[in-house]
Amino acid sequence: MTVTSPRPGTATPLVPPAPPMVAAAPAATVTFSIDGIETTVPKGTLVIRAAEQLGIAIPRFCDHPLLAPAGACRQCLVEVWAPGRDGAVAKMPKPQASCTLEATPGMQVRTQHTSAEADKAQHGVMELLLINHPLDCPVCDKGGECPLQNQAMSNGRASTRFVDVKRTFPKPIEISTQILLDRERCVLCQRCTRFSEEIAGDAFIDLQERGARQQIGRFDTAVLDFAGESPVGAAAQDASGRPFASYFSGNTVQICPVGALTSAAYRFRARPFDLVSTPGVSEHDSNGSALRVDHRRGVVMRRLAADDPAVNGELITDKDRFAFAWQAAADRITTPLVRRDGELQSVSWSEALETAAAGLRAAMQPADEPGTGHGVAVLPGGRVTLEDAYAYAKLARVALRTHDIDHRARPSSAEEAQFLAHHVAGRTLDVTFADLDTAPAVLLVGYEAEEEGGIVFLRLRQSVVKRGQRVFAVAPLATRGLQRLSGMLLETVPGDEARMLDALVPGVPDAELADAADALTQAGALILVGERAATSPGALSAALRLAERTGARLAWVPRRAGERGAVEAGTLPGLLPGGRPVDDPAARADLAAVWGVDGLPTEPGRDLREILAAAADGSLGALVVGGVQVADLPDPELARRALDRVPFVVSLEVRESEVTARADVVLPVAPPVEKPGTFVTWEGRPRPFPQALTSRQLPDHRVLHLLAEALDAPIGLPTLAAVHAELDRLGGWDGARAEAPDVPAAPAAPAPDGHALLATWHQLLDEGRLQTGEPFLAGTAKRPVARLSAATAADVGVPDGGLLTVSTEAGAITLPLLVSDMPDQVVWLPTNAVGSAVRDTLHADTGAVVRLHAEDGVTAVDEEGTW
Amino acid sequence: MAHLTPVLSAHWDAERSWTLPVYEAGGGYRGLRKALTMAPADVLTAVKESGLRGRGGAGFPAGMKWGFLPAPDGGPRYLVVNADESEPGTCKDMPLLLASPQELIEGIVITSYAIGCHHAFVYVRGEVLHITRRLQQAVEAARAAGYLGSDILGSGFDLEVTVHAGAGAYICGEETALLDSLEGLRGQPRLKPPFPAVAGLYARPTVVNNVETIASVPGILRGGASWFTSMGTERSSGHGLFSLSGHVTRPGQYEAPLGITLRELLELAGGVREGHELKFWTPGGSSTPLFTAEHLDVPLDYESVATAGSMLGTRALQIFDETTSVVRAVTRWTEFYKHESCGKCTPCREGTYWLLQVLQRLEAGQGTSADIELLLDLCDNILGRAFCALGDGATSCITSGIQYFRDEFEAGTHTPADVLFPPERSSVFAYTPRSAQLAGVQR
Repeated sequence: MTVTSPRPGTATPLVPPAPPMVAAAPAATVTFSIDGIETTVPKGTLVIRAAEQLGIAIPRFCDHPLLAPAGACRQCLVEVWAPGRDGAVAKMPKPQASCTLEATPGMQVRTQHTSAEADKAQHGVMELLLINHPLDCPVCDKGGECPLQNQAMSNGRASTRFVDVKRTFPKPIEISTQILLDRERCVLCQRCTRFSEEIAGDAFIDLQERGARQQIGRFDTAVLDFAGESPVGAAAQDASGRPFASYFSGNTVQICPVGALTSAAYRFRARPFDLVSTPGVSEHDSNGSALRVDHRRGVVMRRLAADDPAVNGELITDKDRFAFAWQAAADRITTPLVRRDGELQSVSWSEALETAAAGLRAAMQPADEPGTGHGVAVLPGGRVTLEDAYAYAKLARVALRTHDIDHRARPSSAEEAQFLAHHVAGRTLDVTFADLDTAPAVLLVGYEAEEEGGIVFLRLRQSVVKRGQRVFAVAPLATRGLQRLSGMLLETVPGDEARMLDALVPGVPDAELADAADALTQAGALILVGERAATSPGALSAALRLAERTGARLAWVPRRAGERGAVEAGTLPGLLPGGRPVDDPAARADLAAVWGVDGLPTEPGRDLREILAAAADGSLGALVVGGVQVADLPDPELARRALDRVPFVVSLEVRESEVTARADVVLPVAPPVEKPGTFVTWEGRPRPFPQALTSRQLPDHRVLHLLAEALDAPIGLPTLAAVHAELDRLGGWDGARAEAPDVPAAPAAPAPDGHALLATWHQLLDEGRLQTGEPFLAGTAKRPVARLSAATAADVGVPDGGLLTVSTEAGAITLPLLVSDMPDQVVWLPTNAVGSAVRDTLHADTGAVVRLHAEDGVTAVDEEGTW
Repeated sequence: MAHLTPVLSAHWDAERSWTLPVYEAGGGYRGLRKALTMAPADVLTAVKESGLRGRGGAGFPAGMKWGFLPAPDGGPRYLVVNADESEPGTCKDMPLLLASPQELIEGIVITSYAIGCHHAFVYVRGEVLHITRRLQQAVEAARAAGYLGSDILGSGFDLEVTVHAGAGAYICGEETALLDSLEGLRGQPRLKPPFPAVAGLYARPTVVNNVETIASVPGILRGGASWFTSMGTERSSGHGLFSLSGHVTRPGQYEAPLGITLRELLELAGGVREGHELKFWTPGGSSTPLFTAEHLDVPLDYESVATAGSMLGTRALQIFDETTSVVRAVTRWTEFYKHESCGKCTPCREGTYWLLQVLQRLEAGQGTSADIELLLDLCDNILGRAFCALGDGATSCITSGIQYFRDEFEAGTHTPADVLFPPERSSVFAYTPRSAQLAGVQR
């Protein structure tokens, strides 16, 4: 499916597809032969890879293209002849493991197809692998898609000679609440341990014991025999209090070549041959990971990583993999609802649309009497597809005649809106995942790569490990994620980001700052700013200045899957589709022509905070709200007041929410699995996905199309094809862009005694709305902790591990304290972890001043205040 | 009559032979003094000319191995001495370290000087605590006497030696597994290349040599390459420790020129146990294919032993007389390999697990007619397929045992080995076999 195929005579498509990846021409090549077929491959290519390219399948278990060669399973043995010093081609005395053997000029490889020796060797190894493998394929999750099963059929004996005693282990070990290990099925290929060491850098399992008793196990104080990094510290505990496993542990289930690693969510649920697979794209973050959605009779059974080298390789986060139950949650809304006598009642679509249209039409009328609100504002939310976002953008301008639209259901700022208009909108594929691979240095600003979308983290880590990339972070503390990137922390108090960025000048006296600044002047260096940069006045302006100063390229990495597409689609008060500024008459005229309307509203739009404030004070007539969680908003209390006060609310939702509870009309819409659409990654790469499940639910754009028709102001977006045709016709914008923001830094004053500045960000696994219904996954989340420096903790009188209460006028959050290396008078809380709903409880966000005190009766503070 | 050439063992009979003064009195550290007057490259050349080959089993020329180190780049390079002697039958390094540890330390200093190493390691087998202690004391004594530390003997050359005790794993005698273990990792062999000479300990250029190899270096410096090559054969020069054990009148270490025969060694050792005759023997430890009485005159040098179908290995000559059941002996060795397999690769891990079960059947007289072919086929599926040489070594005793004593294996299909070869007849001391002990309990 093409999203926006360029057509003759049109401008650049709105979100053009990425050009196909072209492998760089290798510097040197090697010519050799496999089974008599001559082939030329880049120098350093492994024989097994070269064979794959020729279509010759050599059986293997430990080999995996993403992992360093191990040569452990010995299944891929081939016969090799190679030229000796005298030039004569001679046979190597032993069969060679093709997964560790680099091709050399003139080498002649004979696989099982042409060599009796290779065939015998492979049969021998296969027989040995099977002697201790249970014959439980009929009940094994992997049965039917098992490399061991398949290769035993293709390269194994029909019957066994083993009549002896098999090795057994007690059934399964819970590696985490989600990952289970059946040790007797394991062929000890070490793919899982190598993955956790080499890729995730978060080793939570390793080999233990030796010989036939060798097994995979998790870190256990009773077992001393492990290598690598052991999880330490209270923060590195999962929700159940055991050593934290990993955000990427689900990948080990997928790369396991046998059924040894299984997930609790899928174990014993389905047979692979009963599943229907549909490609998908993750709805959880702006990385746009490629998925395979496996479903059976209308129910999604599991999700797997699909292979997309340009984006996620073959890896996804556990959230991408396991958090899909929300789409079939019990609180799904299945019919349109209209509020009558204070109760939402099921009605027909036509009735619901008429009611909605009537309410909106009334709100659009000029106010009859002072004090009555009028006008409609639109809050699409940050999880929309490109098509849906475009429909919201068009509905607002064409049918509702307003620029009051803001998809940012999170702390945001006018500076950010200007930054997006100036630097992000219309600049798709400016910085890509591939650039992360080659960048010599990367600066992260207000962005935790592992917590806020894991694929960027994995790709950075590969570059760090393999190419020595340097990572710097402007943040209050070095997380485990940053440590695993060997990153350098540029310690910054919340709110002080702009000053820190402005201090990064090559050649400044401070060696650390000069080092970072110098690194950023290298060709290919990158600055990645997260959506949290919007919470720090001047940070985005300073980031633009830094990019200008150093030559590093700047990319904006939001958290939610719909954010970037929404920016392109124009769901911001100052921004029309394709980066057209609202205040540019030419841009408005351009768009009005495509849309076939007389002109667009000239009155500037209001952003989220202004819209909610207007609604709360009664000056707004109606709200059209998409997938917005009230608790995600910067001030949930204001939002609730706004929704209560505004005369008319239309909600487009998948599931019941605080918005639907306050809505006058609820129009059900399809979750991603029940509709086709396109997410746009942080890079601006369109990620189209097809509809996986048959569904009667409609995508947002079709509902909005119907709503516009009911309003007698058609937007003409009934089908995906219609949206795409219009996006193609519309094209990008080559006119003037918005000015760069120039907001001065406004660092917060140091917090008074007993108080601290709040630092907070989302963890990958938390209380998010899209993670409900998956208790096994929830068990693998990090245990919520509050963090303070040792000095501040001593001032407050809370020992490491003791309970710390963080409070504002609005409420208090109490969490165990983890004393960390971070600035004094700063407290860190997870934004939305269990028991730590920062915005909803404290009505505060990063940079706010909060009060600290010990939880009464819990700490051991004596008279002198020491402990 | 062959003669012994005691060099390393020359002073083992001296009072308190392991102490530094006794070692010095016997000419100790003369080799070092001489080496320090030479350019490092000349020391390397001397060792190359001596033809000294690795005494740990593989027999790779030591000078050539040192020569593989890349040119100095200013970073550290290491010498690691493999003292993880764990092979059944092999007992040369431990007696050497017990009786004359300074010989090794002098060798370490000379070798380090030759290859530009300033920190050498000795990886000692975990089980031999007394030897670790003796070696640590010897290092301390050598350091106090100025043979270690900074500015050794005023030469300006610095060297530290770390004695590291393993935790008791046969695989850690494999040089790359040893390096991993020394780094604190799980002891499993590494993928090669890169070879240790390029990226060994802590990914730095590293020479790994056996104790006896390094201990032979001082003698070469003292006596010169031509003295060394005057012993042994053309391609297997010098002296070596031959460890005779088992059914022999005077078991022990016999230091002789390479190329001596077992017949000659047995003469020196008083022959096979009184009243018995030689049945089979291992030339180089349990990992080398068995020899029988027909091989008594095979010269024990690398080439001749290989030509005769085995390997010189560690010159661990285990002598078995006619009372010994080959099936039982092979089963014991296989138990060892099964227990010591590191588990990294499939053929060794699973193969030894299966081989042992088949052999135990045969030993109990409960084998089937297919078992011998099964054993041979399994060995074929392990030999040359495993990650390192341990898997290969595990098959040697089985294939050679079946080659020379097939009828005994065939008897395993109907008669227990204990019936054919009552174990008490093999023992040197009076002994009630376990089966008889258990029989008594059951009555």
